Amino acid sequence: MAKRIDVKNLNAYYGTFRAVEDVTMTIEPRSVTALIGPSGCGKSTFIRTLNRMHEVIPGARVEGSVHLDDADIYAANVDPVGVRRTVGMVFQRPNPFPTMSIADNVVAGLRLNGLKNKQVLAEKVEASLRAANLWNEVKDRLNKPGAGLSGGQQQRLCIARAIAVEPQVLLMDEPCSALDPISTLAIEDLITELKSRYTIVIVTHNMQQAARVSDRTGFFNLIETGQPGRLIEMDDTQKIFSNPTIRATEDYISGRFG
Amino acid sequence: MTTIGLTSDARLDAGRPDGPGPDLGLGLGQRSRGRAVRNQLARIVMWTAFAIAMVPLAWILWSVISKGGAMLLDSHWWTNSQRGITNRVVGGGAVHAIQGTLIQGLVTAVIAVPIGVMTAIYLVEYGRGRLATAVSFMVDILTGIPSIVAALFIYALWVTTFGFQRVAFAVCLALVLLMIPVVVRSTEEMLKLVPNELREGAFALGVPKWKTLVRVVLPTAFSGIITGILLGLARVMGETAPLLILGPYTKNIATNLFGGLMPTLPTMINQDRTEVLQPAVDRVWGAAATLILLILILNIAGRLIGHFGRPKT
Repeated sequence: MAKRIDVKNLNAYYGTFRAVEDVTMTIEPRSVTALIGPSGCGKSTFIRTLNRMHEVIPGARVEGSVHLDDADIYAANVDPVGVRRTVGMVFQRPNPFPTMSIADNVVAGLRLNGLKNKQVLAEKVEASLRAANLWNEVKDRLNKPGAGLSGGQQQRLCIARAIAVEPQVLLMDEPCSALDPISTLAIEDLITELKSRYTIVIVTHNMQQAARVSDRTGFFNLIETGQPGRLIEMDDTQKIFSNPTIRATEDYISGRFG
Repeated sequence: MTTIGLTSDARLDAGRPDGPGPDLGLGLGQRSRGRAVRNQLARIVMWTAFAIAMVPLAWILWSVISKGGAMLLDSHWWTNSQRGITNRVVGGGAVHAIQGTLIQGLVTAVIAVPIGVMTAIYLVEYGRGRLATAVSFMVDILTGIPSIVAALFIYALWVTTFGFQRVAFAVCLALVLLMIPVVVRSTEEMLKLVPNELREGAFALGVPKWKTLVRVVLPTAFSGIITGILLGLARVMGETAPLLILGPYTKNIATNLFGGLMPTLPTMINQDRTEVLQPAVDRVWGAAATLILLILILNIAGRLIGHFGRPKT
């Protein structure tokens, strides 16, 4: 069910400025891959190319290919909207829709795409909230607005919303950076549970989080400012954090820069 | 409020002959007397300017309410027209003018709101190139058009070019020209206030752009947009130039937009403004008070909706 991602020679541009250069990587299904690296090295730009969100920004474009299993998501006849239903995304700051209740938020992706059957929607609400470990906390106030929850709860709500559309891949762009340590722990536990059903790619600034949560880790870096970001090294998490091959990776891991 | 006078700390001043402010012996200097004086002076100037600005407003409100308020308390004011009433006679009401103002306001809103809101949506969500710049520029120009120019334009179009009669609908067209820029600008502001993360969150769920607009962005901005519309409406309902050029007064109730004359509150005021007989004078002030009341209600309603309708982001 969960898909494999093959990225070949991916370059991402903002107008004429190349932000990400020549990235090639493979992400196995039902695994968690962490992308680490210093600020501004293109991790978020790269992850947004995986669900065609990068091109939403005016003037932005992508060269290279990204395949989900064997389908090129950048092929000429592919609808980006369809890609985004297959590849879900959770953002750095929780963004529940303020005019909708908690229940409506969870199934927003389904309702806005035409699903009307109340029974099915109610079941989806419960299933997604249980999967996101939020059900017990909100089951008595499903009709209250989503904005009344704490930061960690809102982020879990956004995760529930993302998985309610049943994507194959889940992208997470620094999902815990706006949260306190307790909520962070709750979400990391959640990621570990979710990986049995989804392929997960997570961008994080927190190296310890990458070490805790991921199976494989990719290290992005800039050679110097003004240069595009590159994938320097990608390997099993254990190996990256104990015995990296490239000098820059080791410097970053041990805190000599970044 | 604040007392006029230098701020000073009596404890620290005690026993010091050389001026206010502690000398801590650290070479930091004493509290600047000059700065305190300038601060106080600026405060006085600011409050004086505020008072000067408030005086005309308070004076107008007081004049209108004291001279015309009594008319509003009479129930006939709200139910009778001026049919058959001459300048000597006390009586009759303003329902013909009130109806006319409300009908014209409604028709103007029905035309101006969709055009204004959709233009704002284009400018904020879709427009990127030269067309968007041009449209934005045109809206800026429209914002500054004097109401009489708008009225003359509609006159030239409706009466001279098309050959139609002067009717209430033509007045509404002129008011539409004046209302559109207000609606566009305020809707634009409200749309820009919707955080981009909400749009991205919807895109990431695989919701197409137009649906994101209709089901996520517009509902979030909705109460602000309503406020803008009501404020725009409040502004145009008092515009008199289009009425003078295109909408002659009558004493009877009239609701036909396309035939005959339709009375409104501004023209009712204008009709008898040179009168000296007390009944007529009273009615003029009464109409003025009614108009101000109407605009006040629209303003308050707009701001209440804007305040209570806003979703918490």
